[in-house]
Amino acid sequence: MAGNFLPAAKLTASGRPVLDSGEVECSLLSTVDLHSEDLLAFPLLKSGLLILTTHRLLWLSSDSNTPTAVYIPLSTIQHIFSTKKSIKSMFHSPRVRFQVSTTPEGHVSEKGLKSLVITLILRGKTDIDSFLGKFWDAWRGRAWETSGSATESGPGSGSREGSESLALKVPVVGVSGILRKEQEMWESTDKSLQDAFQDLNALMSKAKEMVVLAERMRLKLLSGSNNQTSETNDDDMGTKEEMQDWLLSVGIASPVTKESAGALYHQQLSRQLADFVKKPLERAGGMINLIDIYCLFNRARGTELISPDDLRQACSLWEKFDTPVMLRKFDSGVMVIQNKTHSDDEVFSRIRSLVLKPDALRTGISASDAAMTLGVAPAMAKEYLLAAEGKGFLCRDVSSDGFRFYINLFPEISPDDRYFVKDHGIYSMWISAVSFRLAFFTDYKEVGKSIFWTMTVDFMENKLPSGCQIYSEAYKIPELFFFL
Amino acid sequence: MQTLGEFKLPHFFNYPPYFTLQPVRDTREKQIQLWKELILDYCRTQKVFVIGLDEDFQLFSNPTIERSLSHEAREAFLSALVSEGRAEWLDKGHRKCLILWHRIQDWADLILHFVKENGLEDSVMTVEEIRSGVESRGTELHGMDRTILMRALKLLEHKGKLAIFKGTSADDEGVKFSI
Repeated sequence: MAGNFLPAAKLTASGRPVLDSGEVECSLLSTVDLHSEDLLAFPLLKSGLLILTTHRLLWLSSDSNTPTAVYIPLSTIQHIFSTKKSIKSMFHSPRVRFQVSTTPEGHVSEKGLKSLVITLILRGKTDIDSFLGKFWDAWRGRAWETSGSATESGPGSGSREGSESLALKVPVVGVSGILRKEQEMWESTDKSLQDAFQDLNALMSKAKEMVVLAERMRLKLLSGSNNQTSETNDDDMGTKEEMQDWLLSVGIASPVTKESAGALYHQQLSRQLADFVKKPLERAGGMINLIDIYCLFNRARGTELISPDDLRQACSLWEKFDTPVMLRKFDSGVMVIQNKTHSDDEVFSRIRSLVLKPDALRTGISASDAAMTLGVAPAMAKEYLLAAEGKGFLCRDVSSDGFRFYINLFPEISPDDRYFVKDHGIYSMWISAVSFRLAFFTDYKEVGKSIFWTMTVDFMENKLPSGCQIYSEAYKIPELFFFL
Repeated sequence: MQTLGEFKLPHFFNYPPYFTLQPVRDTREKQIQLWKELILDYCRTQKVFVIGLDEDFQLFSNPTIERSLSHEAREAFLSALVSEGRAEWLDKGHRKCLILWHRIQDWADLILHFVKENGLEDSVMTVEEIRSGVESRGTELHGMDRTILMRALKLLEHKGKLAIFKGTSADDEGVKFSI
């Protein structure tokens, strides 16, 4: 609908805008209307989320059914009108007006010769002055010009001269002339303030260079490893991968901060987190500990760290959005993040096949055994085992040997006859797995010899595939050694 | 298959989780059921009347797999028997438990049967005689727990089948049957 006039913005799966490289969010405002009084055909965009970045002004509809996301490149803005303080303005919602250049048809475009005044109506309880300040800073910062050279896709692959010369063409007559003069005056007073902060800005721009440098190194490493995988030795590859990992985890260029998002903080953080966890989740096999994510996420954020409580709130907000991930709390209280598609059944069946191995039938499995098979952390493996126990697949054995899990035989035991063993069941499997060993260790003196001899005969007649093992077990017993 | 004395143990006696009190409800119920039956059968065949929780009780540990029941587990299994009327705590601290593989009513019936078998309908016996006399030899009454015997006799007295009186010796009581 707005596509005719304003370009559409790309969104991530969780509804966060996709930012260009080097683009950083500056401010977020909720319930903002966007429209233009100059052009009747211009759509009225009502009550959406306004995101100010260093490059763009994005407007996202709050209605999740019909997601609309549009943006105005800051490079097309010719002028931001300062707000008039009047009695009238105290009674209606604060407005911010600015002028953008458009094509003759009304499309917002940098090279457009016509211009259009767009009004933002801030309906929420927001500090209009601070937003206006950030708006000015972002517009004057001209961040799109510095990153524009690095990425061609930047919204304002910017001809500064173009907009400058356009600005010069604006005649210094009429109402707009007066406005412009006022603006210039305001700017000159502001300049002295700017000088005071110059040092700080210098530092900021250096930081940006560092990020660009890191990005370049990463690309170089990537291309390097693609071209000459065969030549590089393992050690080299290792360090390269490490370096890449490190650079990747430096990560989130534009973290959602309390400062930029204000009241929308948790909501936005939640969406950002949903996007972030995708990769670590894939690597961890569909489920990851909340604590691990906390570490990874904060490392990616760099200095804008979040508190554990913020993380939990962000996760619990996922229920309200349509995100592919969810927060899950185990009975033990351990919290994990998992894909909605992730199913426990698959994990349970793997655990089941693990506990049915002859060794596991005999001695059970520990959390670390399960961790190795499932390829997850021992703490996670324990949660899985406990969940499987809760479902009745496993049962526990707590002794001086530690905490171990066995296949649950209780349902297999006949309630009427405790000596009854069904053929070919799990119970009979278990009995055959343990019986040899027990026979040897309990009264091997009497029984052992006869069992041993029958087995040896079986073994010689090739009836017993695992005969070798029994043979070696028998070897350890002195009485039997005599017979060997 | 393992044995404890003459008692034949089931296979699952070597299953380590059998000796750990299971936390999951369904599993635990089955485990308790199996333990209850095993305890009753073992006590019946081995003539065990009282189980002391802090004492060594053969059934509660399995040296072959190096497992034994915790105090909590022992108490849980015995409490399950108590709640079914197949056992009674002898003290408030739940340290000693009386096992009733026959209920008191069944013991009373056994006594009546014994009296009729031996033609003792109108005779007098001491309590000790019932437990260890020649007449009771070879019956289930022989060597039975005195507490249980007294409880069964009191039940019969209540029904008017006999009268208990203080005997000549200080520590024994007499029973006059009147069936």
